[in-house]
Parts: sequence; structure tokens; C-alpha cells
Amino acid sequence: MRAKYLQLFVFAGLLVVIQLITMFTGSVYHLTQLTMTAYYSLLIIGLCMLIGYAGQISLGHAGFFAIGGYISAFLTTYDLTPHQEKVIISLIKKTGILVSRPDLYGGSLINLHPWAACMIAILTTIAIAYIIGGPVLKLKGHYLAMATLGFGIIVYRIVIGTELLGAADGISGVPGFSLLPGVVISGSSAFRVKNYYTSWGLVIAAMALLINLIHSRIGRALSSIHGAEDAADAMGIPTAEYKLKTFVLSAALASLAGVLLTHYNGGIGPSEASVMKSVRYVAIVAIGGMANLWGALFMSLLLNYLSLRGYFGTFDDAVFGAILIIIMLFAPDGLLRKKTISDIKRLFARNTAEKEML
Amino acid sequence: MQFGSIRYNTDTPELLFRYGMNWEFFFQYIIAGITYGTIYAVVAIGFNIIYNATGIINFAQGEFVMIGGMTAVTFSHFMPLPFAIASAVLVTMITGGVIEILFIRWLYKPSVIRMIIITIGLSILIREMSMHIWGESVRALPYFTGTSVSSINLGGVYISPQVVWVVGISAIAVVCLNFFFSYTLLGRQMRACSANRDAARLCGINAGNMVTLSFMLSAAIGALAGCVVSPITYVQYDSGTPLAIKGFTVAILGGLGNSMAAVGAGMILGVLESFSIWIMPAAYKDAISITILLLILFLRPSGIFGSAEVSRLKEF
Amino acid sequence: MKAVRFLVAVLVLVALSSAPAFAADTIKVGAILAVTGPASFLGAPEAKTLEMLVEEQNKKGGIKGKKIELIIKDTAASPEKAFSFAKQLIDEEKVFAIIGPSTSGETMKIKNVAEEGKTILLSCAAAEVIVNPVAKYVFKTPQKDSHAIIRIFEQMKKMNISKIGVLSSNTGFGNAGKAQIEKLSPEHGITILVNEVYDKAASDLTAEVTKLKAANAQAIVNWSIEPAQSIVIKNARQIGLKIPIFQSHGFGNIKYVEAAGEAAEGVIFPAGRLLIADTLTKSHPQKSVLSKYKKDYETKFKEDASTFGGHAYDAFIILMNAIEKAGTDKEAVRGAIENMKGVVGTGGVFNFSAEDHNGLDINAFEMLTVKNGKFVVLTDTKK
Repeated sequence: MRAKYLQLFVFAGLLVVIQLITMFTGSVYHLTQLTMTAYYSLLIIGLCMLIGYAGQISLGHAGFFAIGGYISAFLTTYDLTPHQEKVIISLIKKTGILVSRPDLYGGSLINLHPWAACMIAILTTIAIAYIIGGPVLKLKGHYLAMATLGFGIIVYRIVIGTELLGAADGISGVPGFSLLPGVVISGSSAFRVKNYYTSWGLVIAAMALLINLIHSRIGRALSSIHGAEDAADAMGIPTAEYKLKTFVLSAALASLAGVLLTHYNGGIGPSEASVMKSVRYVAIVAIGGMANLWGALFMSLLLNYLSLRGYFGTFDDAVFGAILIIIMLFAPDGLLRKKTISDIKRLFARNTAEKEML
Repeated sequence: MQFGSIRYNTDTPELLFRYGMNWEFFFQYIIAGITYGTIYAVVAIGFNIIYNATGIINFAQGEFVMIGGMTAVTFSHFMPLPFAIASAVLVTMITGGVIEILFIRWLYKPSVIRMIIITIGLSILIREMSMHIWGESVRALPYFTGTSVSSINLGGVYISPQVVWVVGISAIAVVCLNFFFSYTLLGRQMRACSANRDAARLCGINAGNMVTLSFMLSAAIGALAGCVVSPITYVQYDSGTPLAIKGFTVAILGGLGNSMAAVGAGMILGVLESFSIWIMPAAYKDAISITILLLILFLRPSGIFGSAEVSRLKEF
Repeated sequence: MKAVRFLVAVLVLVALSSAPAFAADTIKVGAILAVTGPASFLGAPEAKTLEMLVEEQNKKGGIKGKKIELIIKDTAASPEKAFSFAKQLIDEEKVFAIIGPSTSGETMKIKNVAEEGKTILLSCAAAEVIVNPVAKYVFKTPQKDSHAIIRIFEQMKKMNISKIGVLSSNTGFGNAGKAQIEKLSPEHGITILVNEVYDKAASDLTAEVTKLKAANAQAIVNWSIEPAQSIVIKNARQIGLKIPIFQSHGFGNIKYVEAAGEAAEGVIFPAGRLLIADTLTKSHPQKSVLSKYKKDYETKFKEDASTFGGHAYDAFIILMNAIEKAGTDKEAVRGAIENMKGVVGTGGVFNFSAEDHNGLDINAFEMLTVKNGKFVVLTDTKK
């Protein structure tokens, strides 16, 4: 029981060590990409829960990420100054969720407060996930893959076709998000270390939540669904309900990641909703070992970080394609599966046993 | 005939009634729809051939179309058009076979999720490789007859001769496939494998070879489609994926595995798409076809033409 | 505990790669370009052009006694990568200036980053929002969309065209052009009858042009950079639509003319003079620059030079000119660019000022047309 939290503490400690190393080697700039990685990881662990533990593939999670990011970006950049006189706006203003801020060029804008925008974004995502989750999760195999892929494409089409959302250019000029007094989610170099800890803090919190979930009644029910859904059904486990809840949870995490990364980057573009993004997320979960939260998290940390730093150059997509194929061909259980270690041990054990026999 | 009540995507609503639709335009849209529809249907047939043989959806199907078009353009610099197309089809066919042998054949009872991921990975890899081989530029074969401006005028409705080629060659391909599956030994062996693999094995059919053959056949038909449509649509390293998605939509619409229904479904989707721009901004055109796909999946997963029983009988 | 070992490996990696590598005798120039992905037709020639120019400059001994070190980052047109790379180039590589990004969406995402990092950004993207309002460190080299559109509208006036149909693709380029057409059409007395956006990967646009035909438009204006622009003209001619077709400066690639074949004849579009470099008179100020770029690029890469690569060319020579003049101090160079006058590039003659960070005027465009499969200057305006 305590072991599962111990891992979290070790992980947190390692994050601190990374920060200290970058500080002492004068390379704090690495934290920028590491922070961005943290937000993608938030999505990935949610997706890992869905694919690995509930056994439902989703090729449309970039869609949820984009819904969160775009709603938040739109609400925090859409200038309400011309509509100030309208009754609804003045009513909203009284609730105190509007903020007035100066723009880059000396003018002034009235926008929704990021907190309000964030809440609206996540609640909308949850609502959408509920609505489409019902019918989508009834499907299996190819149909499920295609339906989620289709959902992702629809989101992509809508964001790239809608002028209010900036069409192909996306939305830029998204303000920082003052999460708490003194903690602003923004890409500005002044907040770099704080942002690093905030983002990874959120990942650890989400990990704690998911780990608890896996070890609870729900987690065991989920693994029974993964194993044999009909049998689970027959045992009286409300499989449909659990699948849907996991789907919604992973969508909400994706949406939160979208909101926060959008504030951090100061904008969002249609590439965040693209099919290729969804495929990448699945690739990372697959390499991590499908039903292995820690594996997915480490692979996300490694691959997102390398990709964001441009190590793959013009082969970025190709690298992910190749990884997908190789992993699925030779190690469908992922690289960091738990069994690997016991396999190696067994191999050694056998060798020694053989030697003893000789 | 006036379609006066159709909402217009312009800023001036009174324009709405000034120019409605007449029969001429109505048929022009039908022709456009048939052109799209034929392309989608051929891609969908490629999906179905592999699905029938293996029970998997090959997400890299669109890439066969792209490879076919690209290699044909490359070959057309060295040889006359018909030879270039034949060689391109051959090359793609071999590529299809090699892919099956390298990535599919030796997997023992792979799960659906694994096959989906492998074929998606293949699609990405082929696309990126093509970009590094052929570059990002756009290519096209010359028009088979006439030029880019020639058209056949049927009482105010204009048809490009290439459209006739596309529809004609596709129709011939479908008829040939039908013949192949119904009357040749090889075709019947393939059908036997898809109906019951173990029973087919017991009859001495090499089921593994049949799967390889299905990949080759599917690649060939994709490549042929890539060649005939390339004068109209052009071909580029990334033109495979959008086609694959449309083809998949059509395959599901018609009922997975049912190729004749795919032709009908292709026409329906093509015509719907071409008329959709009267009702809504063209930017959302693709979202419409995917929405239709989702609705079909939710309401009638066996397709609009298929009944649950038919979809179980995996016939060509 | 494998996890721990793994993390240690990551840490070592971070520690190794974070050793600050810099040499004082080079000038680092960053380039954030969409070399692959949906905007690769922009980024790929831009990257090639820059590689060629840097090689050439270094052969000459660099600039001010320092070699130039070019760092190209491929974004695949994703803004989030542009953001990450901009941060990396500014904070980590401490580049002298950044050339790119290729698309407007990406440029807008990193405009603030460049401002905050006080690093010169020479964008190769067209949208006017990049330099309007002016940001201190942000410049752009492509001609303004509005100038292209004004040239088209002036041409229409000569041809007595007032009712048009507008088609554009769902890319940043199409989007920006469409917005400007909508904005500028009223003051030029042009009515837009149909205004359609199509997908950049569209393979047949018969339905769209049929709609234009039904609307009795007097001319088509199509705004895109994708192959779709050849499809538009082909489909229009195929359905027997014989009205004049205007394209954007994105049409300036002979491949699209080849792809469209006969249908391309008579298409009118504004463009930089790179396409007609051979036909320019010797006295034309741009003649030597254009011929040289075209010749160098085409011999080196065995493909046609495009105006997009020209944007990167211009960005680079502007930077070199400014360094030549002001030395290797970032602030001084920024000032030098802002006060730069009369620098001849592929896009036109650049005259920057504190208010104008684009520096090109309406004459940077020439109205061209297609005749016998070749680009020529539009001279015959009867009709």
C-alpha cells in the first residue's frame, strides 16, 4: 500500500534533482520544454488509464485537448469591450469574473478571467465526452478506433474552418493564467521554475488520483472489463458505466492539459487537434506498456521532451511511426512492462541453473 | 426547378433568390458527386479486400493510392503512359505483398488494437518516406485524352473526359474483381479463406498466401485508382490519408466487407458532399462526411445496405 | 526500480546536453521553418535557400570576420513547436536573430517571445498582423496581402469587373487573403457574390465553381497556395466557365501552371518579379539579384526557385546588410534594419521605418499572366 506512494515521492525527488542540475549547470532553459512535456504527460496518463486499464482505444484524444485549449484561448482573448453596454455582459461583470488587461500595444481589453474560462472549458469537455462517450464506447475494435478517430477529425475540421477560432492560424496572444497569487502559468522566462513545479505538481496529483483509482474497486472492475467484458457483465459489474467514467476522466485530463499548455504557450493552433497528435499519444502509451502508468509517464517525458527540443529534425513524425510499428511487432506489451524485469531475472536464473547442471 | 429555400453562405441574403439552382447545375453537382464517389468507392474496395481476407482494416490503404500515383508519374518520364501505369501498379502490388510478409504474416493471432496500430504506423512511415524520396512538390499524370480544359458538353452539363476514364476504369476493375472472386480458382480459394480459414486450410489451401495475395490485390487496385485520378486530383506525399479516411467512411457506410455496396455508398457520399456546399460552408465539408460516418456507426454499424446477417457473411 | 535507473539515464542526458556550447567567433542565426508538414512548400525552399546563402557567405569569410552558424529547426507548421524552438534558440543558443517562421499562425505565437527575448525576428509569413501593430523586434519580408489585392482590384476596374466570386483554402495564407478581400472590396466597389472556403487537400472543386457559375460572377478570385489552385481553374474551364480568373501571389510556381495545363492560360495574378527575372530589362534594379538567386538555387538544388524561398533570401540579406552596417550588437543591428533604405531583395526594394516593418510598397508586385505555359507581364488589358 505504501509502496505506491513511495514511487510518487521518488519521482517528485527526481524532478527536484533535475531542476537543481539545470540550475547548477546554467541550463535552466531545459525547464521550458520539460514544462510543456508535463502538460502532454497529463493527457497521456489519462489516455493510458483509458487504453491500458479500461481497454478502450481512443484515436481522438487530441480533440479533447484542443477543445479545452481552444475554449480557454477564445474566452480569454475575445475582447468584450465593444459589448460592454449589453445587459448580460454587465451582469457577468458584476460577478467579478471579467478582467481588464492592457494589450501589447497600449490598448485595453476586457476578457473573461482564466479561471472562469478554464472551468467552462473543462465542463464543456466533460459534457461532450459524456454525450459522445455513450454511443462510442458501445463500439468495439475497428469501429471504436474509427469512431474516436472520426471525433478527432471533426474537432480538427471545426477549429480549422471557424474564423472566430482563427482558422488555420489559431489563436495567439493568450494571457498568463494566475492560478494562485504568485503562480502564473505563462511562458515568460521570469516564471520558469515556478511553472515547472506547478506543471509537474499537477502531474503527480493526477498520478496519485489514478493510482488510487487502479487499486480501488473501480480499478479491479476495469481490469475485469479488459480481461473479459462479457464475464464482467455477467458478474454484475456495470461495465458500460465504468468505461464511460474512465473515458470522461481521461477527456477531462486532456482538456485540462490543453487549457494549461495554451496559457503557457500563449496560444494554440489547429496542429494540436490533428490526427497525428492523437496517434502520437497512443504511440507513447503503447511504448510505455499499455497498462503501465509509470511506463507511459516516463515515455512521455522522454519522447515529448526530445521531440519538443527538435532532436528528431525532419523525421519527427517518422520516428513515431517507426516506434509504433517496432513496438507493436516485437514488444506489444511495451518496453517498460513490469514483466521485463522478471523475464531478465528468469533468464539469469535459468543460466545459472544450467551451469549448475553442467 | 428552384431551390429557393436553401440558405446561402453570403453576406447578402437577398441574393439568395436571385440565382437558384436549375437542372443544369443540379446535374453538374451530380457529376461532381459521382467523380468523388468513384474515387472513394475504389479506395473502399481496397479496404474490403483486405478486411475480408484478414479481418483487419489496413489504415495504410490510402498510401497505396499515393504510391501508385507517385511511381506512375516518375515512370512516365521514361516510358509511355500505359506502361508507366502498368509498372506503377506492379510496383505498388509488390510493395503491398512485401508489407504483408514483413509486418503481418508472422504475427500469431494479433489483436485488433495491435493491427490498427501497426497499419497506422505503416501509413505514417510510408508517408514520411515518400516525402524524403519525392519531396513536398505536387505531381500529376497528363490527361489520358484531351487536355485539362477539354470537356464533353451534354446539354449544358460539362464532363471532363478524365472523369469518364475514372468511372470507366473503376467500373471495369469492379467487374473484373467480381469475376475473379466468383469464377477463378484463386478467387474462390480467397473467398474460402475469408469464410472459414480453418476449413479452407483443411482443404489444402495455403491461407497465408491468400492473405499476401489480398494485400497485393488491394495495393494494385489502390495504385490503379491513384493513377487514373492523378490528372484530376494530383498526388502529393500526404494525399493518401484523407483518401483513406473517405474510403473507410464509405466502406463502413456500405457495410464492411461488402464491395458492391461500397460502390453505392461511395456514390451517396460523393453526391451528398457535392450538394453540401449549397447548404453550408465548404470548409466543413469533411466534417459532414465524418458525422455521417459516426451516425452510421452509432445507429447501424452493419452499414446502410447491409443487414447484420449479411455483414457476417464475409463475401467479396 | 528500473524506473529509477531510467530516470538517472534521463538526468545524465539532460546534464550532457545542457553543457553550454558556444564559440565566440561565430554569429548564430536561428531559423524556425516548416520544412515538413502541411506548409512544407514554404519551409523546404526557405531552408534550402538559407543553407545555400550561409555556405556562400562563409566561403567569403563570413561577415565582420565571423562565420555564420545556421541552426534550422523544423516545426512541421505546429505553433507549439515554434514556441518551444523560439525559446530554445533565444534562451539557450542565444542566437543573434531568427529567420522565420514560415506561417503566420506560428509567427503570431512567437511574436511575444521575440519581444521578451529582445531578439530580431525576420518572419517569412505574409499576414499583416505580424507587423501591424508594429512590434519592436519583429519584421517580415513577404509583400503585403493587401497590396496584392489592391493590384487585383485595380486590374478589375480596368476590365469593368465588379461582381466576383471568392474561393480560398483553409490555410493561414487563404485565410489572411480572404479577410483582406472582404475588407478592401467595398472601397473598390467590388461586390462578393460567393465566398467559399475549401479544404487545402481538396481534390475536386467542381461543386464550388458550379456555385460561382450559378451566381453569374464576372470573375473568380482564388486565394491559396496549394495544388487546389490549379484544380480551381481546371474545374472552372471544364464546366465551361469562361470568366477571368485571378489568383494570389501563391500561384507563382510554374509547377501549378504545368499541372493545370491549358486551363492556366490567361490566369491573372500579382507576384514578385522572381518569376519573370529573365524578361526584366537590364536596368531594372532587381534584375541582378533575381537572376543570381534563380541561377544559384536552380543549379544547386535542380528545382525551380520559388518566391517563397525568396522570402528567406530577403530576410538573410537584410540581416547581413544590417550587420555590415552596424556591427555585431543586436540593438544596433535592429536599429539598422529599421532605418534601412533601398536594399534590393527578391520581393522588391525594402525601405524600412519605425512604422513600417515590412518595407515593401505596392510596386513590389507586378501583374502577371500565363501565356503559352509561361509567366509574362500582363500588358494587354482590353476586354
